Amino acid sequence: MPDRLRGLGVSPGIGVGPVRAIAGAVPEPPAGQRHQGDAAAESGRARDALETVAADLEERGEKAGGEARDVLFAQAMMARDPGLAELAGQKIAEGTPAARAVHEAFGVFRDVLSGAGDHIAARVADLDDVRDRAVAVLLGVPMPGVPDSPEPFVLVARDLAPADTALLDPAKVVAFVTEEGGPTSHTAILARSMGVPAVVGCAGCTSLADGTVLLVDGASGEVRPDPAEEEVARARTGATARTAARTVTGPGTTGDGHAVPLLANIGGPQDVPAAIEHGAEGVGLFRTEFLFLDRTTAPGEDEQEAAYRAVLQAFPYVVVRTLDAGADKPLAFLPATADEPNPALGVRGLRMSRRHPEVLRTQLRALARAARALPVELRVMAPMVADAEEAAYFAEECRAAGLAHAGVMIEIPAAALRARDLAAAADFFSIGTNDLAQYAFAADRQVGTLSGAQDPWQPALLDLVALTAEGADGKACGVCGEAAGDPALACVLVGLGVTSLSMSPPALPAVRAAIRAHTTDQCRRAAVAARAAHGAAEARERARAELPGLAALGL
Amino acid sequence: MAERRVTVQSEAGLHARPAALFVQAATKAPMDVAVGRPDADPVNAKSILSVIGLDVRQGEEIVIIAEGDGADTALDELAATVAANGA
Repeated sequence: MPDRLRGLGVSPGIGVGPVRAIAGAVPEPPAGQRHQGDAAAESGRARDALETVAADLEERGEKAGGEARDVLFAQAMMARDPGLAELAGQKIAEGTPAARAVHEAFGVFRDVLSGAGDHIAARVADLDDVRDRAVAVLLGVPMPGVPDSPEPFVLVARDLAPADTALLDPAKVVAFVTEEGGPTSHTAILARSMGVPAVVGCAGCTSLADGTVLLVDGASGEVRPDPAEEEVARARTGATARTAARTVTGPGTTGDGHAVPLLANIGGPQDVPAAIEHGAEGVGLFRTEFLFLDRTTAPGEDEQEAAYRAVLQAFPYVVVRTLDAGADKPLAFLPATADEPNPALGVRGLRMSRRHPEVLRTQLRALARAARALPVELRVMAPMVADAEEAAYFAEECRAAGLAHAGVMIEIPAAALRARDLAAAADFFSIGTNDLAQYAFAADRQVGTLSGAQDPWQPALLDLVALTAEGADGKACGVCGEAAGDPALACVLVGLGVTSLSMSPPALPAVRAAIRAHTTDQCRRAAVAARAAHGAAEARERARAELPGLAALGL
Repeated sequence: MAERRVTVQSEAGLHARPAALFVQAATKAPMDVAVGRPDADPVNAKSILSVIGLDVRQGEEIVIIAEGDGADTALDELAATVAANGA
């Protein structure tokens, strides 16, 4: 076992616990082999495995409740399907070993379901999951998916997909460590929003044995297997010192009194308490995908209205992003139109909404209804807007639904370059620095080896932010990407003309302290210095030289 | 042999929750139960995968077939499941 591993620290804090790995793909049992000859015993193994899987799925369903319960119960019924067992039994009678027979029996039903059409595509994925579970039991390999553990653990994986984390119990995870992924991967964003330490791009972590105790430092990126007690204590003391300075309270302002509203990025009503606890003045990015994931049909207007109201009644100011489907967030009822070799450059965001205008209109109407009679200033924005025509389309849809403030996310370099055109059609901008960096550097956010391009201090990215803020022409221009949560960079963004900052709630206190410690002039000078640099590291260094208050805060 | 012809009312067709409820009800019946479109070969109504595989949409007519003691009672119950709107 290696003495220590190193990756990129993307969510600060210290976590200590045993490794629980998300198992990789379950292998396909090889064709052409024959069992020992006792078909009855082999059939019994197959039936037992299917029943084990069914019982496990039912138990998970009971625990999960809600929508997930229905899905997991339906999967349990698949495992207990008499047609499936019969088919597997026939193959076993012909000499096929249980694992292969079960695999092939699932294959027959899979073909039937995939032939039936796009609307049951999600059922095919559910069926594949049941098959993998049954085959895993028969082969004696770990079941796929997030492991069950009675005690808190360090979740180790190659990378995490949104589907992996839907059922994750935040009280059970003390840290995340992944082999792939960069600072804006799902793992990083999820970890920061949960306030759980995380290290990504950590080579070799998936070969650590289950149960190995790890000390994870989410700031330095260091991962230490089997740490000594003193080491754990020392790491915890250091982390506490870094957070001690964050006692500044009140609304966000610079030292000379220029207001910069500090807002929260949230993914649903469950994130409201954390946002309030960290002093968010409102919500700068309300992601609405949570309502749509793992569904076979779009949620209705009433259901959406209730979910939106839960957030809108908690804050005086909320910016909602309409459904951002496609690319890494495929939805069963909005299937990709064709096989996209490059989904990040395909039909996603507003492009997807324009193909399914009824889904967009239902969402906008639900939002308008939810805000009615509440004292909230509701603003609605579209993701992945490329030009003024798209901005105007979205604004028109918003007006038709009775929504007064229609804005756009600036995530595509073309939109940043022509911000002035878009400002004529939109009421406000919100810059998504993560996607803006991905598209400006032609570097996939999900590819760990390209994570350098996701460094938000890249002068090219700062130039695009400056152009956008300038082109906004006096209209509000916020930043809601991960860049806003870096205390030094937050000062630079203010200096570039950004009017509000929205981030994961745990990042708010440090950013509040950092901008309070500097004047608008200092922020401007830091911005000029950063843009004069030739690379990310130099930009960071030059900006910090103009921001003397950071060191005093231990930031 | 007894049969019932009934139109599927639920918006989801014979998929998702309606399919699960139908198969659960069929599984409780003591005899074999088959289901299908009027002019096609029926499938085992106790098999969720076969039932979903029929891909029956809202407004389509299906035939449910059973034989033996209590077949009529079982069929009435199943027909009611399918005819229930939004089941």
